[in-house]
Amino acid sequence: MSEQKIKNMTMNFGPQHPAAHGVLRLVLEMDGEVVERSDPHIGLLHRGTEKLIEYKSYIQATPYFDRLDYVAPMNQEHAYCLAIEKLMGIEVPKRGQYIRVLYAEIGRILNHILNLTAFALDVGAMTPLLWGFEEREKLMEFYERACGARLHANYFRPGGVAADLPAGLLEDIDAWADQYDVFLKDFDRVLTGNRIFKQRTVDIGTVSAEEALDWGFTGPNIRASGLAWDLRKSQPYDSYEDFDFDIPVGKNGDCYDRFLVRFEEMWQSLKIIKQAIKNMPDGPVIVENNKVAPPSRAEMKRSMEALIHHFKLFTEGFHVPAGECYAAVEAPKGEFGVYLVSDGSNRPYRCKIRAPGFPHLQGIDFMSKGHMLADVVANIGSLDIVFGEIDR
Amino acid sequence: MSELLSDNSAALNDLKDLVVSQLANEILESEIRYGELTIVAKRDDILKVLTFLRDDTGCLFKQLIDVCGADYPERPERFDVVYHLLSLKHNLRIRVKVRTDEETPVPSCVPVFSAADWFEREAWDMYGIFFADHPDPRRILTDYGFEGHPLRKDFPLTGYVEVRYDDEQKRVVYEPVKLVQDFRNFDFESPWEGIQHVLPGDEKAEGNA
Repeated sequence: MSEQKIKNMTMNFGPQHPAAHGVLRLVLEMDGEVVERSDPHIGLLHRGTEKLIEYKSYIQATPYFDRLDYVAPMNQEHAYCLAIEKLMGIEVPKRGQYIRVLYAEIGRILNHILNLTAFALDVGAMTPLLWGFEEREKLMEFYERACGARLHANYFRPGGVAADLPAGLLEDIDAWADQYDVFLKDFDRVLTGNRIFKQRTVDIGTVSAEEALDWGFTGPNIRASGLAWDLRKSQPYDSYEDFDFDIPVGKNGDCYDRFLVRFEEMWQSLKIIKQAIKNMPDGPVIVENNKVAPPSRAEMKRSMEALIHHFKLFTEGFHVPAGECYAAVEAPKGEFGVYLVSDGSNRPYRCKIRAPGFPHLQGIDFMSKGHMLADVVANIGSLDIVFGEIDR
Repeated sequence: MSELLSDNSAALNDLKDLVVSQLANEILESEIRYGELTIVAKRDDILKVLTFLRDDTGCLFKQLIDVCGADYPERPERFDVVYHLLSLKHNLRIRVKVRTDEETPVPSCVPVFSAADWFEREAWDMYGIFFADHPDPRRILTDYGFEGHPLRKDFPLTGYVEVRYDDEQKRVVYEPVKLVQDFRNFDFESPWEGIQHVLPGDEKAEGNA
């Protein structure tokens, strides 16, 4: 009998696959059911954000950041605003900073609810997703009450936030935070010790600390590999130094650890939210410099000068001094950075968006090598992939 | 924030002195602005610079955060390749820049940082910057069969082709862009601070006519 030559099979995964978390096309080279190589084809959601931003004034460009990682919109705006503030040398008022922290943490919980429950769905647990969306809805209501939009907020502005919180919102967020632990405890009971869930995630897609560094992993994915690195602690921005919270760190760097780290981060975010509400200072929420921030509506109707400022800001916009800077925030998915180059005009000359998911997805090849096809799905779920930010 | 910048600046100054003294032949410029250290390296020595930054005990920039291009068409070497590095050990960032033009390749830094693979593919896709010895020099974000490099300053915002589903041919077809109205690029800059407006006839006043 002559020797049979067996060729590896190439398989297409996505782009229309529910476990692809959007529009991921993965070309998998399979040896039986074992993955030899995975080659993600990305860009199906490419909208040319960076190019569009170059043609918009600085304020007009903020809404594009909501549309990057649409699961936690405000965290993206945060990095962009920090970059502009760095170039212009603006100090945000304390209340504005606290509101930003509050909403950044709400965004983190929004993101982790979606990611963890969708991850559970990917490996076969349906129920948490249904519970989680209930909680997400409540949080999006808080978004809506602050800025009028459930998702595409455009709430963080260079110099602070667009408007002060309406009366009673802080009390309601506080009341929500008091009952949120019920969901977390239920979620914990259903998944954390679950035998089927553990069989699907423990020792799957293990990433060592060296690999995590080499492949540019950030956020929960690098913490799951045992490196205690969080920009909120190490390079605090916007008053994060005032808050008391812990950084959960994983041990093995597998899918299960990434799940645990994100789960614990929700508890920590809850802690930050409570502190932010308790210590919320009074005062303005945006700089009182009408060359950057628009005057109040009431003032605009009465004062000629305010009207001129308003008109100039929403036509010409403000000018940012020439220079370049990089500002990063600890977004729920990892380090979200904005490299902003200004030529001194009213439009960004170059705005590079450093999305955390981009290098994470790149790591899928080495993480999936030698695993089964079903583990690729677990890997994608645990990396927290959202195509809005990867494809830009 | 301001106090954070100040205790960072001592460490940054030390880092700058270290890098400048160790890599005197490989570095063209270095400066600290907005609390960030930027060095401009010679193109052919970029791998040496990055390896030094990664491995030297005073640097330990183990993580490559970002690689991106930037286009300055008025310069003879029009592209910048910008590397952002992060040192977890020293809690510092550094920006390394390399200049190149449309033809000259930049050595690929994939051997130093694996993460550079996709970032360099993106820079190639968006700007057409060549990376020598890149293991997988395909396009990444644009469509299969796309032509041109969209983030170049001379690439129009609207692009050249648009797609639609053709019901007769039962497939997606590419067509040249047809704009229903002219592309409008609003110039809101006030005349006394932005663009130099030259009125016809002004040159006569200076006797150049």
